[in-house]
This record gives sequence, C-alpha cells and structure tokens, in this order.
Amino acid sequence: MTAPVPVSLDVNGERVDAQVLPRLNLADFLREHLQLTGTHVGCEHGVCGACTVRVNGEIVRSCLMLAVQAHGASVQTIEGLSDSGEVADLQAAFRDRNALQCGYCTPGMLMAAQDLLKQQAEPDREQIREHLSGNYCRCTGYQAIVDAVETTARVRAGYRP
Amino acid sequence: MKASAFSYARATSVVNALELLVAHGDSAKLMSGGQSLMPAMNLRLISPEMIVDIGELAELRGIAVGGDILSIGALTRHVDLQRSPEIATHAPLLTEAIAHVAHPAIRNRGTIGGSLAHADPASELPACMVALNATIIVRGPKGERRIAAGDFFRGIYQTALSPQELLVAVEVPVARKNSTHFFSEFARRHGDYAIAGLAAQATVQGDVFNGLDMAFFAVGDRPVLAKAVNRLISVPVTPALLSEASAALAAELDPQQDQQASASMRRHLAKVLMVRCVSALLGRPDLAAGGPG
Repeated sequence: MTAPVPVSLDVNGERVDAQVLPRLNLADFLREHLQLTGTHVGCEHGVCGACTVRVNGEIVRSCLMLAVQAHGASVQTIEGLSDSGEVADLQAAFRDRNALQCGYCTPGMLMAAQDLLKQQAEPDREQIREHLSGNYCRCTGYQAIVDAVETTARVRAGYRP
Repeated sequence: MKASAFSYARATSVVNALELLVAHGDSAKLMSGGQSLMPAMNLRLISPEMIVDIGELAELRGIAVGGDILSIGALTRHVDLQRSPEIATHAPLLTEAIAHVAHPAIRNRGTIGGSLAHADPASELPACMVALNATIIVRGPKGERRIAAGDFFRGIYQTALSPQELLVAVEVPVARKNSTHFFSEFARRHGDYAIAGLAAQATVQGDVFNGLDMAFFAVGDRPVLAKAVNRLISVPVTPALLSEASAALAAELDPQQDQQASASMRRHLAKVLMVRCVSALLGRPDLAAGGPG
C-alpha cells in the first residue's frame, strides 16, 4: 500500500514526471531525485527555514510538504532564481555585506528575502526581520543579512546604495 | 528525521474523505496544509499508516459573511485570513493574531481547520475561537455536528472530533459595535510557539466592560477562558480590583512546566497579559503602571 505514486510538476520551468514514495518530502525529492542540492535540509521540522522554496509563486517549507502534494504545482528553487538572474543583485549584496559565512542558510534566506521584496518595495528593518523570522542563521548574527536586504530594496527603488 | 512509510490517498470530495476515514479507521490521518502534522511525522511522534490528503478540496476553502456570522472554511490558509478584508472588518482579533502564527512560509500552507483539529495548547487560533465564541462545524458518517469552541478542545492535541469526523468550517459571530479586542503573546522568537499568550474580545461602554472574554493559551492543556475576568465586568476597574482579578487568575491556572518556562513563570506572564489587556482595552495606562503585583 505504500507503493510509489506518479507525480508531474514543473520545476524551474521544466516539466518533471516521477514516481515517488508518499513519505518522500519535497526537499528530498528536489535534492535526491533532481540533484537540485541548493535547497538545504536543516531541522526537518519547519523551524530553520533552510529548505525554503517557492511553490506556485509562494514560499513554503519543502521539508513540510510531501512530494506527492506538489503534483501539478510549479516549483522554483534557488537554482531557478539564480539562473534567471532574479536575485542576482540580492546575492551580490549578501556577498558585499558578508551576509553569509558557512552559507547553509543562504538559499532559504534569499528565497524569503526575495519574497518580501516582491510584496513590499521598501520594507523597514523591522519588517525585514519579521519576514525572515522563520530563517535561522548561526553565523552572521543577522545584522549583515538585514543590511543586505535593506540595501537591495533601496537600490531597486532607485536610491543610490 | 524523515517520516516513516505510509500510504497516501488524495480525497476528491468531503464525502470521499469521510469514506476513506471510515474504511481505514484509527490508522488514517487527515492532512490539509500539513504544517503541524508533517513536523510530528518527521519527528516520528506519530506514524499514521495512511494519509488522507484533503488539501485539494476547494469546497472547504473560503471566507463568507452572512448576517451576523462569518463563515471560514477549514482549508482557508493563515495567509488568506491575514489578507482578508472580511476578517479585518468582522473579526479583527484574528487578523492581529495570525501575524503571530509561525512564519510566512508556514502561513502559506497552514490552514485554520488543521490548526484547530491539531489542538496544540500553545497555538493561537484555538484560543481566538474560544474568545470569539465561535462554533466549530464537523462532518462525519452520521452527518454534521456543531460544537461550541469552548467544548471542542479537550486536552493536549485532544478535541471533540471522532477519528471518523472532518472539521469543515468555523462560524464566528461578527464583531459588534463597541466591541474591541486584544492579542498578545510572549515567545522566544517572533512566530515561535508562545510561552504564554492571550486572545481577548470585549465590549466596552464608557469606561466599563459589558462583556469580556479572555482566552489564555500555552498556560494549560487547552485554551483557558478565564473566570477571574467576571470580577471586572459592569464595575469601574480600579488598580485594587485588577490586582484581585489577576490573583484569582493565577489561582485558576494550572500551567505546565517545560524547558521554556516554569509553571510559576507562566502564571506570572498570564497576570502580566491580563493587566496589559485591561489597561489597553479601557485606555487606562495607569492600570498597567504598577505591573500585576
């Protein structure tokens, strides 16, 4: 009864058809079946945010979603956002501000930060902190991350950095 | 960790979901957004043999206002509640509370029905339902039942739902004129489970409460509707009276102790919340000046 289930979904603009076990979560599906290892697996219970991806345009925890639940969905991972150039400026700001050290949280941080910047052109630091509150970073102390997101927002809004 | 193996069925309708529950009995578990169930499964706290996925049942989604009642479908997501103008107008307590429910990525999938059926004593929405005097509507093989929120929550992860029933909607009385609300919680990190929290709905006339419902959460095995507030209704509230009420609240509560807080710390925080709530709702900063005593 725990047989594989067929799923079809769109991942970073490409159609994917696969057979997956019901217990397989979306993060492991992306990493192990599709080799999209930019999506990181940290706590596996929704606390750390390292596995954040976009499903149908909205960020979700891919460790808290079954691969079978992504049937028919459009999934975007950090590889997709990176390759399209959508977050190139945000990535550059993270680098410039030393907003990463080990890099484990960074894909999830970028996903959450870009989600905020799409919804709100000029968030203040409190709003940035609030939107990133579900993403743990154990290296930076967050200040640099908030700096990078704030800087990107200001540049996108037409201010000089 | 990873969830243990289970079989999976995608329900095609409410009727189909109920049939699946009847067929598989206690070994089946309903999943909507999965934001409480998946962590529990990944941590192997529970290992259902069968998951009945109701996430695609559009008939259970949506917010509607009819007369004095706001109906919220079980699969309405937290983010939908947060952005809903109907909720903001008719149940502003919910709009305020939802910002404290986890984080954006979780609010994009978590549902109100899932949160209520899961009945974590530290979660916000069960307490809101109790404070708002909501009715929880469940459907099972024998038809529909309507359960007052105050009777629905029975203990840690325990509700009045039978294993063969499905929570389909909640009905919330629309906020009346003169009604006002208060929401606050203490948590280590914004969006984390509360150490102690309070959802309150009140009607105020002049400087007196006509009605006041305070539902505390994370200070018991279910949301606690404080009886101590009855001392504050229909009388002018003085610092002495409030201090009496908060002492009565502390006596009434029986909080759990865990790695986040001792029972006495939770009692203290509940008293602080009560004092802040009364002070805020009556617009009386003087009442909060001395703390809860």
